[in-house]
Amino acid sequence: MSMKISTRQVDGVTILDLSGRITLGEGSVQLRDAVRELLAKGQKQILLNLADVNYIDSSGIGELVSAFTTVRNQGGELKLLKLTKKVHDLLQITKLYTVFDIKDDEAEAIGSFKQS
Amino acid sequence: MVSRFSYTLDSSLESVNKVEEAAEQLGQKSGLDEDGVFQLSMAVREAAINAVLHGNAYDPQKKITATFENTGSSLIIRISDQGQGLDPRHLPDPLAPENLLNGSGRGIFLIRQFMDEVHFKLLHPGTELTLIKNLDTTQNSA
Repeated sequence: MSMKISTRQVDGVTILDLSGRITLGEGSVQLRDAVRELLAKGQKQILLNLADVNYIDSSGIGELVSAFTTVRNQGGELKLLKLTKKVHDLLQITKLYTVFDIKDDEAEAIGSFKQS
Repeated sequence: MVSRFSYTLDSSLESVNKVEEAAEQLGQKSGLDEDGVFQLSMAVREAAINAVLHGNAYDPQKKITATFENTGSSLIIRISDQGQGLDPRHLPDPLAPENLLNGSGRGIFLIRQFMDEVHFKLLHPGTELTLIKNLDTTQNSA
């Protein structure tokens, strides 16, 4: 039921590979902590790989938005990679699809970040 | 054939997950397709979150009640809490430009998107949400 996060670096961009559910409680808190930790280390170019996120609730959606605004307010960029159909549909319904920069290809996503 | 069951549960995340699982099973048994089951279980999860988090505020003295009913033509789920009461007229529109980047406030909106009918009833104390999903009665379903 919970979410797993692994972190890797590619060309100055930190990729968080998320899998499982981003929901009220564990998933949302884990995501918040992971993003805060990256910002504390000065890593402000963040790509959230959601390919293996099969479920997200309103709390998880809210956490994505909060992560996006927190990173942006610190002068960084947070983008989303490889949405599943369910997450894609939810971001469309909530009009957030146009707010986030969403990519399907990892290399293209990496290249789209501003060079720091 | 009409079937009905209910739970009275603590104000906890475990209760939210239990109610969500019950909704998922009800949707599957009632012949909803995969998207229909997802929409039902998500709407019920959001209603349960609302009851536990916003209604009862995780108060261990307060309970939530979840009632599931298959009338044959629709699924009716009632989720109630013992909180201060929710007035749906005062909920901000999460799609409004000034609210789009808010970190919360999308639960009731998603429930309304995914269900055919949503009703609010003040219980003094508490709120009861009634969620209705119409079944496709032109097809044979369990």
